[in-house]
Amino acid sequence: MQSPQVRLVNEIAVQFHHWAFDDAAEAIAAHIRTFWDPRMRSELLRRVETEPGELDPLALAAARLLDR
Amino acid sequence: MSLLKEHDLGTPAKPGPATVSVEVDGMPVTVPEGTSVMRAAALSGIDVPKLCATDSLEAFGSCRLCLVEIDGRRGTPASCTTPVAEGMKVRTQTPKLEKLRQGVMELYISDHPLDCLTCSANGDCELQDMSGEVGLRQVRYGYDGANHLAEKTDSSNPYFDFEASKCIACSRCVRACGEVQGTFALTIEGRGFESKVSAGGKSFMDSECVSCGACVQACPTATLQEKSVIQLGMPSRSVITTCAYCGVGCSFKAELRGTELVRMVPHKDGGANEGHSCVKGRFAFGYATHPDRVLTPMVRESISDEWRVVDWDTAISYTATRLRGIQARHGTGAIGGITSSRTTNEEVYVVQKMIRAAFGNNNVDTCARVCHSPTGYGLKQTFGTSAGTQDFRSVAKADVIMVIGANPTDGHPVFASRMKRRLREGARLIVVDPRRIDLVRSPHIQAAHHLQLAPGTNVAVVNAMAHVVLTEGLVDQEFVAQRCEDFDGWAEFIARPENSPEAVEELTGVPAEELRAAARLYATGGNGAIYYGLGVTEHSQGSTMVMGMANLAMATGNIGREGVGVNPLRGQNNVQGSCDMGSFPHELPGYRHVSDDAVRAVFEDMWGSSLLPEPGLRIPNMFDAAIEGSFRAIFVQGEDIAQSDPNTKHVTAALRAMELVVVQDLFLNETAKFAHVFLPGTSFLEKDGTFTNAERRINRVRPVMAPKTGKHEWEIVAEIAQAMGYPMRYDHPREIMAEIAALTPTFSGVSFEKLDKLGSVQWPCDEKAPEGTPIMHMDGFVRGKGRFVQTPFVPTRERSTRKFPLILTTGRILSQYNVGAQTRRTQNVAWHPEDVLEIHPHDAEVRGIGDGDEVTLSSRVGATSLRAVLSDRMPVGVVYTTFHHPVTGANVVTTENSDWATNCPEYKVTAVQVGLKHSVAPVERAAEELRVPATVD
Repeated sequence: MQSPQVRLVNEIAVQFHHWAFDDAAEAIAAHIRTFWDPRMRSELLRRVETEPGELDPLALAAARLLDR
Repeated sequence: MSLLKEHDLGTPAKPGPATVSVEVDGMPVTVPEGTSVMRAAALSGIDVPKLCATDSLEAFGSCRLCLVEIDGRRGTPASCTTPVAEGMKVRTQTPKLEKLRQGVMELYISDHPLDCLTCSANGDCELQDMSGEVGLRQVRYGYDGANHLAEKTDSSNPYFDFEASKCIACSRCVRACGEVQGTFALTIEGRGFESKVSAGGKSFMDSECVSCGACVQACPTATLQEKSVIQLGMPSRSVITTCAYCGVGCSFKAELRGTELVRMVPHKDGGANEGHSCVKGRFAFGYATHPDRVLTPMVRESISDEWRVVDWDTAISYTATRLRGIQARHGTGAIGGITSSRTTNEEVYVVQKMIRAAFGNNNVDTCARVCHSPTGYGLKQTFGTSAGTQDFRSVAKADVIMVIGANPTDGHPVFASRMKRRLREGARLIVVDPRRIDLVRSPHIQAAHHLQLAPGTNVAVVNAMAHVVLTEGLVDQEFVAQRCEDFDGWAEFIARPENSPEAVEELTGVPAEELRAAARLYATGGNGAIYYGLGVTEHSQGSTMVMGMANLAMATGNIGREGVGVNPLRGQNNVQGSCDMGSFPHELPGYRHVSDDAVRAVFEDMWGSSLLPEPGLRIPNMFDAAIEGSFRAIFVQGEDIAQSDPNTKHVTAALRAMELVVVQDLFLNETAKFAHVFLPGTSFLEKDGTFTNAERRINRVRPVMAPKTGKHEWEIVAEIAQAMGYPMRYDHPREIMAEIAALTPTFSGVSFEKLDKLGSVQWPCDEKAPEGTPIMHMDGFVRGKGRFVQTPFVPTRERSTRKFPLILTTGRILSQYNVGAQTRRTQNVAWHPEDVLEIHPHDAEVRGIGDGDEVTLSSRVGATSLRAVLSDRMPVGVVYTTFHHPVTGANVVTTENSDWATNCPEYKVTAVQVGLKHSVAPVERAAEELRVPATVD
């Protein structure tokens, strides 16, 4: 089953598809840092490692920026 | 009529400077042009006798009691309908006038019951007062002639009687219903002696009357009288306070006998309502003393146990011990809480402080999450602050009013009356709503355009309107150049063909030409004002839509002055305040992010506790984390999440998964079924603090009685924090407001003392604006320049399917409020005893559903049943219901979908199927006709 975090980040990503890819990834990462509890971010990063195929490519790129 | 009598100046104030000087009985007075002689006299300290005049209504000139003599003029003109003229010399008391007035009064009294001593209005009757004032000593005509004394009393309304035998046909009630309320339910029927007040030939209950109370307020006799006054007698004291219902935040005089509330009378000086009210605020206060109220704390180990009544010390100690125990086992972040928009700013503030400072995390959220959180996000991104731009009075200067996803006559009725008044004066109306709300066509009002869009297509519509503005050269170039940024990129985006009205017509269902005409009207019709509600925010693109409306307003220069703006109509009385007070998990009071070291340092210094720099969990995240196992306890202040939040099955699963659920409320609500601690709360009649309404107006909530529970809610919260080892102590809520003011720049000038002096203030209230800020962004946006944000339309993933071919959207009704916890415990149930499903006759017919049939409403997450009401207010394919009754539990069917930016639930779009409850066969037949699978399962 898709985790809530994956569903949420995919829903955010689709709102940024009209942006340039790198800018969009930065913006999504900033949004997540601003609004998401750390445990949600951790769970997202875990999903990035275990189920990357569940993520919209833009969401995946944004999630990977969270590690920085 | 009211106990705390405000000086009635007879006719309404006229705008403009005082330039016309007159003399009344030798007293000089200078008033604005157009002022009546009656009002000028009253302002000079001389009250002219009157019966049909009152300063909430335009002059009528029917009672002939207010006659005066004016030097140089013939006759005895009515002072209410005669405007002042420079140098006018008026005499209000002469032998001639005395005789005339006595003659008039004789006629009135000859057809009026002489039961003053036993009359419910004894001591509060203008007819009685005027008889005394004009010196009436005899009635020469006797009492045996034709009269109206046998007229029957209409007691059909649950809150007031219409005692027709006491009516003097002054038309004040008729005019109040029209001028003030805008419903026009009343009329004068018949002519001459047969003239009588009529509710359209029906009883009040069966008529168009909305029970706002304006007629009762206007009546000078006991003809229209509150049943509570008839039963209890005249009140003996008044306390000015604020209504506990919607976000309009009306001021009322709570009128009491001892500690018993007799009636609520709208306060003429109330900034939000200026003397008007609705059926909820005016009459539906009985819940505060309803026997269902729980007044003692209760605890239990498990939700399968019986509640155990305990004393406050035990309850507080039990709560604190269990919270700390859970943290010891599961970590600091395993607990959190939800603040309520039905409690005061001070009560909200202490809860978020308890969570941040005593719990040691930022797991605090508020019920605004599920209503206006996208407003906060969208307006902050574009304008720089999370609030509406105007005061309510501003609508009187609007030329084009665009109502988007709101139903003001039901949800915000007192503001709707202001709006309707302006519309009757000639302002044009655009309604953007899937449902044909009352405003679209009501007495003397007809929307210029009703854009009846498909649910879920708001952003496509607002983009198309902006496309028209841009491509037809209607942009306010000067405003944009001086006041805004990021316009060029937005302009390139919005001009794209895919945003044209023609391109989105099929998707939205809005004819392109109609949309173009509406956009042109908004852009060129003068002052354009947007008012919006949850039909904007409760979507997967709720935040995007808020930004889209802000874009449209900026592009047309409709920001920063009276008559314009972007205005959220907030659902609950203190939604604005609960957000202002730092209820969101990422923001401290004043909308400052927790990651801001400098801001956090100020709070840490004041609170004496280190604060986390990371955001906490939002409400939906709390539920997810509870089911996942990392969130183990919740403190729920005045909010019934098990009924109000979407996907009830998911919510209740989360509540069941927690080790500790603490509910602070008036009643054992649906959420309390899953609670381990119940902390009884206080009604608005017991609270002492402030509410902040949708126009950022901070109003005092004054206690009219001591807490029935023995403790104020803020005291309970502070004591829990102390029991958890965090020192939090206040002796009075004014100290809490002082702390808020010290920590929150936009509140820095607010104090109880100032509110008591000024009545109310609108934030920002600071050194620059010590008496508040009615209209924002006048000289510049809060963020500096207004920011255009690109808002591409992204369809919701909730689509109608073969299995769920209809779209459900939800809303509210005038007589009920939110989850109904308050209004269901009043006689308002007479109007709305159950939630019903509005369904288009075509959709009903193909399903074999008749008006009044019990139907099953099902979605992919759940099913419920309710009665169907056939209505062509909804377009084909869309059904509508309310969520006021737990029996129906409309949120059983709403889904986990939410706004992408804020997680505000998408209540307004749920794919559903509807079928007869007790007969599957017709559904199957209908499904066959539609070639879709039957779905009653």
